[in-house]
Amino acid sequence: MFTTLVFAAAETEEEELNPLIPHTAEIIIGLVFFAILLLLIWKVVAPLFEKAYAERTAAIEGGIEEAQAAQKEAKAALDQYTQQLAGARSEAAAIREEAKEQGAQIIAELRAQAQAEAERITSTAHAQVEAERAQVLAQLKGEVGTMATALAGRIVGEELSDSAAQKRTVERFIAELEESAN
Amino acid sequence: MVLVALSVVIIVALFYVMARPAAVVPGRLQFAGELVYGFVRNGIARENIGSHDFAKFVPFLFSLFLFVLVNNFYGIIPVIQFPSMSHIGYPLGIAVLAWLVYNGAGIRKKGFLGYLKHETVPAGMKGPILLLLVPLEFLSNILLRPVTLTLRLFATMFAGHLLVILFALGGEYLLLHSDPLLNKVAGVFSVVLAIGISFLEILIMFLQAYVFTLLTSMYISEAIADEH
Repeated sequence: MFTTLVFAAAETEEEELNPLIPHTAEIIIGLVFFAILLLLIWKVVAPLFEKAYAERTAAIEGGIEEAQAAQKEAKAALDQYTQQLAGARSEAAAIREEAKEQGAQIIAELRAQAQAEAERITSTAHAQVEAERAQVLAQLKGEVGTMATALAGRIVGEELSDSAAQKRTVERFIAELEESAN
Repeated sequence: MVLVALSVVIIVALFYVMARPAAVVPGRLQFAGELVYGFVRNGIARENIGSHDFAKFVPFLFSLFLFVLVNNFYGIIPVIQFPSMSHIGYPLGIAVLAWLVYNGAGIRKKGFLGYLKHETVPAGMKGPILLLLVPLEFLSNILLRPVTLTLRLFATMFAGHLLVILFALGGEYLLLHSDPLLNKVAGVFSVVLAIGISFLEILIMFLQAYVFTLLTSMYISEAIADEH
C-alpha cells in the first residue's frame, strides 16, 4: 500500500516510468529559455552591475588619488617650511659669527691703535725729556762754567785771561762731576 | 515548461529592477542584487578562472546559477512545489551548453588538437603510460563531465522531491486513513520529518546551483589554463 502510493506519486509527477530518459522537448525548451535568460542577463543586467562596479572603483580611486595629492602638497609645504627654517637658522648663525669676528677685529684694531698711541706718547715723552735734559745740561754747562770761573776768579783774585785754559779746567771739572755722579 | 519560462521572467525582472539604478552608493535593492551578482562574479568566476579571463564568462555563469537556483527553489515554494530540474531534460540541456562553452573556450585558445592534448595528456607524463592515461583523461574530462553535471543535479532534485513527497503523503495516510494508535504516532513523526527534509532541501537546492556553477567555472578555468 505504502510503496504503491509512492510509486503513484512518482508517476504522476514524472508521467513516465523511467525518469532517466529525457524528453527531447524539455531539452529544447530548457535551452531556449536559458538562451533568452542568458541574452537578457548578458546584454542588460550584467552591464548595469559592471557599470556600478566600474563607477564605484573610479570613485574610490579618485578619492584615493585626491587624498594622495593633498598629502603630497602638504608634504611639499612642510619641506619648504623646514628648508626655510634651516636657511634662516644658518643665516642667523652666519650673521652671529660675522658679528663676533667683526667685534674681535674691532677690538684688535683698537688695541693696536691704543698701543701705537701709547708707544707714540711714550716715545714723544722720552724725546722731550731727552731734549729737555740735553738743553738743561747744555745750559747748566754754560752756567756752571761761568759761575765757577767767576767764583774761582773771585777766590783766586785774578782774571784768568787765558780762555782756552779756563775752558779746559771747566770741562775737566764737569767730567769729574759726571764720574762721581755715575 | 511554464515554470521554466516563469523562472526567466522572475530572474530578469528581479535583477533588472535591482541593477537598474547602477548607483555608486547602492540602495537596498541594488545592494541585494550586487550581493548575488558579486557572489557569482567574484566568489565563483574570478576565484576559479582568474582575474585575467573571467569577465567574459560572468554573464553565462550568473545566468546558469540563477536559472538552476530558481528552478530548484520551485520545489519548496507552496502551490508550485515542483523543482523543474527533477526533469532530466532541463539539467541535460544546460549541462550540454556548459560542455560546449568550456570546450569551445579551450579550443578557441589552444586550437582543436592543442586543446585535446591539453585536456588528455597530463603534464610531465611520458612513454607507454600514456596509452592508459589518454583514454582515461579523455573519458573523464571530455565525455563524462556533462553526464555527471546532469546526473548530479537531476538526481539530487529528484530524490529530494521524492523524499519530501514520501514523508508528507506517508504522514497524511498514517494520520488520517489508518486506525491503530501507533500509526498516528508514526504519522506525526513522518510529518515532522517531511518538514525537516524540506529545510534540508532548501540547503541542497542552493548547494546544487552553486556546485553546478562552480564546476562549470572550474572546467572553463582548466580548459583555458596555461598548464595543468
